[in-house]
Amino acid sequence: MQLYGIEIASRLLLGTAQYPSPAVLNAAIRACGTEIITVSLRREAAAGSGAGFWQGLQESGCRILPNTAGCHSVQEAVTTAHMARELFDTPWIKLEVIGHSDSLQPDVFGLVEAARILCNEGFQVFPYTTEDLVVGEKLLEAGCELLMPWGAPIGSGQGLRNPDGLRAMRAHFPDVPLIVDAGIGRPSDAALAMELGMDAVLLNTAVAKAGDPVSMAAAMAQAIKAGRTGFRAEPMPRRDMAVPSTPVLGLAELT
Amino acid sequence: MQIIVNAEPHEVIGATLADALAELGYTSPAIATALNGEFVSRAKRIDQKLTEGDRVEVLSPMQGG
Repeated sequence: MQLYGIEIASRLLLGTAQYPSPAVLNAAIRACGTEIITVSLRREAAAGSGAGFWQGLQESGCRILPNTAGCHSVQEAVTTAHMARELFDTPWIKLEVIGHSDSLQPDVFGLVEAARILCNEGFQVFPYTTEDLVVGEKLLEAGCELLMPWGAPIGSGQGLRNPDGLRAMRAHFPDVPLIVDAGIGRPSDAALAMELGMDAVLLNTAVAKAGDPVSMAAAMAQAIKAGRTGFRAEPMPRRDMAVPSTPVLGLAELT
Repeated sequence: MQIIVNAEPHEVIGATLADALAELGYTSPAIATALNGEFVSRAKRIDQKLTEGDRVEVLSPMQGG
């Protein structure tokens, strides 16, 4: 998979928040083999609170994808992106412009506007969006080279609320990398996303809040690999009725 | 003069953003700054004049999803 011209082998992107400890986070990163981890920016306490965390991330060897989580306006998101670019020394930005504080649904109008500004400034934008095809087109027009549709509200663990919408996205944007971002709860959710033809999955809470985050990170990686292989193997069509799998021809008459 | 840093009021003597940060103990290299909602790069902090009531944000890397 290529993301902004960079070859990425692992199709799992992992968030770094809410783990029981930094050691568990690092073990989860190793267990799932992710190459891309998401991070954020928050207010610094004068004691240098963020420096230790940042050093640990650099030692992971992963590419850093900073986010604009919590931004509700275009200006907040753009300023946060500028700060992230300097701090993390990367043109990558996971662009979130949040519309509702309860559902954390993206404000797609603000998202497109912020994406246009940032792409023009040379950022490589990973937009957190819905499955809306028109919004997807506008984001690509703005300069985004990939799309990150939600599976379900952030942190909800509901899985894929609208598989048909994701399937339609895959058909409509056959050559655009599609990464399901948010809502994954279980390995089967991640596998389904991949079976639908998504290129990758970004998840955080499903691993961080599992009883055993390290095992869950490994399980997610396995599910994503299985789903991807299944997609490429072209699953059979569903049928309404049973069809015998054992040949009927040559069946004995024993009555 | 009084400025607002990360939503807390502070009295500072320094006239520039770089001076104020040093004065308030923000010495970590792993910080990024904004003034009144606009990004101020590391290189520009030394020339960035402050005025009474300015709102400064000092952010650092944090866990995120």
